[in-house]
Amino acid sequence: MKKIASFQELEAYCQECVAARDPQRTVITICAGTGCQAHGCTNVVAAAQQELEKQGLVDVELKATGCHGFCEQGPLMVIHPQGVLYHKVKVDDVPEVIAKTVKGGEVIDALLYALPSTKEKIALEQDVPFYKLQKRIIFGSNGLIDPTSIDDYLAIGGYRALAKALADMTPGGVVEEVKKAGLRGRGGGGFPTGRKWESTLNVAGETKYVICNADEGDPGAYMDRSLLEGNPHSVIEGMLLGAYAVGATEGYVYVRHEYPLAVANLTIAIDVARQAGLLGERILGSNFSFDIKISRGGGAFVCGESSALIASIEGQVGEPRAKHIHMAESGLWGKPTVLNNVETWANVPVIIAKGADWFRSIGTEGSPGTKIFSLVGKVNNTGLVEVPMGISLRKIIFDIGGGIPGGRAFKAVQTGGPSGGCIPEEHLDLPVDFDELSKVGSMMGSGGMIVMDDRTCMVDVAKYFVNFLKGESCGKCTTCREGIARMYEILDKITRGEGELTDLELLEELAPVIQEGSMCGLGKTAPNPVLSTLRYFRAEYLAHINDKKCPAGVCKELIRFEIDPEACTGCHKCARVCPVEAAHGKKKEAHEIDQEKCIKCGMCYEACKFDAVKII
Amino acid sequence: MMMIEITINGKKVQVEKGTTILEAATANRVRIPTLCHHELLEPYGACRLCLVEVVKNGWRSLATSCNYPITGPIEVETDTEKVRSARRMVLELLLSRCDTSPRLNQLAAEYGLTESRFSLNYDDCILCGQCERVCREVVGANAITFANRGVERVVVPPFGEEAEFCIGCGACVYVCPTNAIRIQEDGDEKIIDRWSRVLKLRACSECGVEFAPDFQLRYLQQKYDLAADFFDLCRDCRAMQK
Repeated sequence: MKKIASFQELEAYCQECVAARDPQRTVITICAGTGCQAHGCTNVVAAAQQELEKQGLVDVELKATGCHGFCEQGPLMVIHPQGVLYHKVKVDDVPEVIAKTVKGGEVIDALLYALPSTKEKIALEQDVPFYKLQKRIIFGSNGLIDPTSIDDYLAIGGYRALAKALADMTPGGVVEEVKKAGLRGRGGGGFPTGRKWESTLNVAGETKYVICNADEGDPGAYMDRSLLEGNPHSVIEGMLLGAYAVGATEGYVYVRHEYPLAVANLTIAIDVARQAGLLGERILGSNFSFDIKISRGGGAFVCGESSALIASIEGQVGEPRAKHIHMAESGLWGKPTVLNNVETWANVPVIIAKGADWFRSIGTEGSPGTKIFSLVGKVNNTGLVEVPMGISLRKIIFDIGGGIPGGRAFKAVQTGGPSGGCIPEEHLDLPVDFDELSKVGSMMGSGGMIVMDDRTCMVDVAKYFVNFLKGESCGKCTTCREGIARMYEILDKITRGEGELTDLELLEELAPVIQEGSMCGLGKTAPNPVLSTLRYFRAEYLAHINDKKCPAGVCKELIRFEIDPEACTGCHKCARVCPVEAAHGKKKEAHEIDQEKCIKCGMCYEACKFDAVKII
Repeated sequence: MMMIEITINGKKVQVEKGTTILEAATANRVRIPTLCHHELLEPYGACRLCLVEVVKNGWRSLATSCNYPITGPIEVETDTEKVRSARRMVLELLLSRCDTSPRLNQLAAEYGLTESRFSLNYDDCILCGQCERVCREVVGANAITFANRGVERVVVPPFGEEAEFCIGCGACVYVCPTNAIRIQEDGDEKIIDRWSRVLKLRACSECGVEFAPDFQLRYLQQKYDLAADFFDLCRDCRAMQK
């Protein structure tokens, strides 16, 4: 990569990149995000490369891209320019795809995605409801570019926002634009980004830092990882704009050790950007100099908290400190610092390129723009979805997510990661934004969204999340360390059928002290799962305490499995799957379960095709 | 020096910018209980006992007074029902860890607490971190450290082995609010069980009394560049010589 020394040179080079990409040329994009890699996409990419050569299709371009978001259906393959989407593509399918679709333009029915409801096959990516109903302004480029190619990013308009800012805008002007856009921190807090930048811009100081928080640690959430893996230059460009706006000369990306592909792609992107003169001294010939280092975290959940993250970069134990003095004045190494998360940074180039008014036209008054959610749990289309703020939970879960598998009933959705709240059916039409979610006792958090069906015990769910937080609390302050452990203890007692009514009072007395008395966000939000389930699913707690029953049939101590002799056909399936030989009986005769032996694993219940196994 | 006017419990007082709420309150004879605070150590904010209500720009919230620097006009209330119930819960949580400490029991009694509703998980250390900070910040020995996280958190010598940098000064014993660290002398040895530290004592070249750990004397000699024979005599014999 040759160094680009001026705005004119950048423009000329970008034109070259665009011209090199004939829109009519056939391009095969294969999702190579971590999710699809787990489905085996690496072999599919290799097979496609081989097959193209074998069939003499030298003109066809093959791109291993970042995550497309439709993770449930991977490996994903899209054939451009038509945009034909094949899902669950196996190595064996590749020769046929190349021969029929790429060469002959024929669509292979068997590889198309079918709607779960009507089984109707859909040929084009853009027509699949999962994609059609989204608004992918940040995440959409992931499927179009090779994350290791800066040319790909430049060809879709990359680094133009940077050039625009450096050439035509003052630092204060960039801050003003971000303020006007109303961008709020996508890491979860929802603090106005422009205001944060403004404070740092206004603090005097030779050395200032910008930091990208890529320490995403919520179970089931991976939007930041996918952005870094799939479009690292958008994050770098965002940081460049932020650094120019506040007067920072150095930046850090704090990324967790568990994200090797993100680190690899980001490392390549930083190196190439530096060679291109987009990082380093006198960027694009301007007076602005800035560079980025990668700092790798050890994977402690609390290190996503800003003050703990900074301690960790500084080489200290990753524990939070009191934040009465703002990071804008004293952050990394005691210098003025701006810290935003991956998704927030990725929004910045779009805002500068298209303007605050355009950005404000998306989303709600209080929360403009889009948000990427990680839709997981009991939902048909698990994956990453980017939607305008203000969309209803119902649309996300049922229209985009395709509803609940197996036709079961929706029970709750947990938003905001482990310390978010569980939202019941009555609030499904809630417009999703920062303020509305907190009104119902949950939060935006980083955008994790876990869907639960009627076979979920809400006490058990609260216990699960509290247990996670108990293990991740750093243990520095009493309320968080002792408080969360005690919440867990009480919840555990209730799920074992040993709860008393006074336990609920104690939980409700303990929760506000943990919320208001803890030092950092981990403790301050930890009681959310407990409080929200107590608020919406109190009857379930009472059933555990008063009737010693688990209505959802989850808590082992409170249930037993029995076989209905009327319904049992004697197929012997339950006996075959039972790991402890508790389910037994002669073939073609009603079976039974030896309660002494039964370990309540539920294998028989899952296996029975005749609904003969009952949870009592 | 910039002075700021704040109110503490309704009374207007002038404080220097940067003073903590705890310092301002103490200077104005308002008592705020603490367990992890020591005036010689950096504020830490771990025990959460010094919580007070702060009203700033119309927003009311709980904040720890020990590490809250006053940078503008605020109202502080140290004894509202909210403050009292939060402190009571903090004490109840700590009491369920350690129910033998006289200081903790006395504080609990002040807040009307006779016993904790949580089951007792006995550990006489309440993790206030004063021992770790005094060793690091004041003594400079860095002999002990925090390990693990959450409820597994403990203060231990590095790698759980003998605290080989411990000079046996006893500062940690002195600052510990729950008497969790004990020091004893046995013959010519000084022993701190908690840090698995056993130190040989140096005998006075005059009277023969074993008066201080040899390791400690060598540490101080080096740190302050003292003469080789500086610590040959015990305190009494040195006083006699003068």
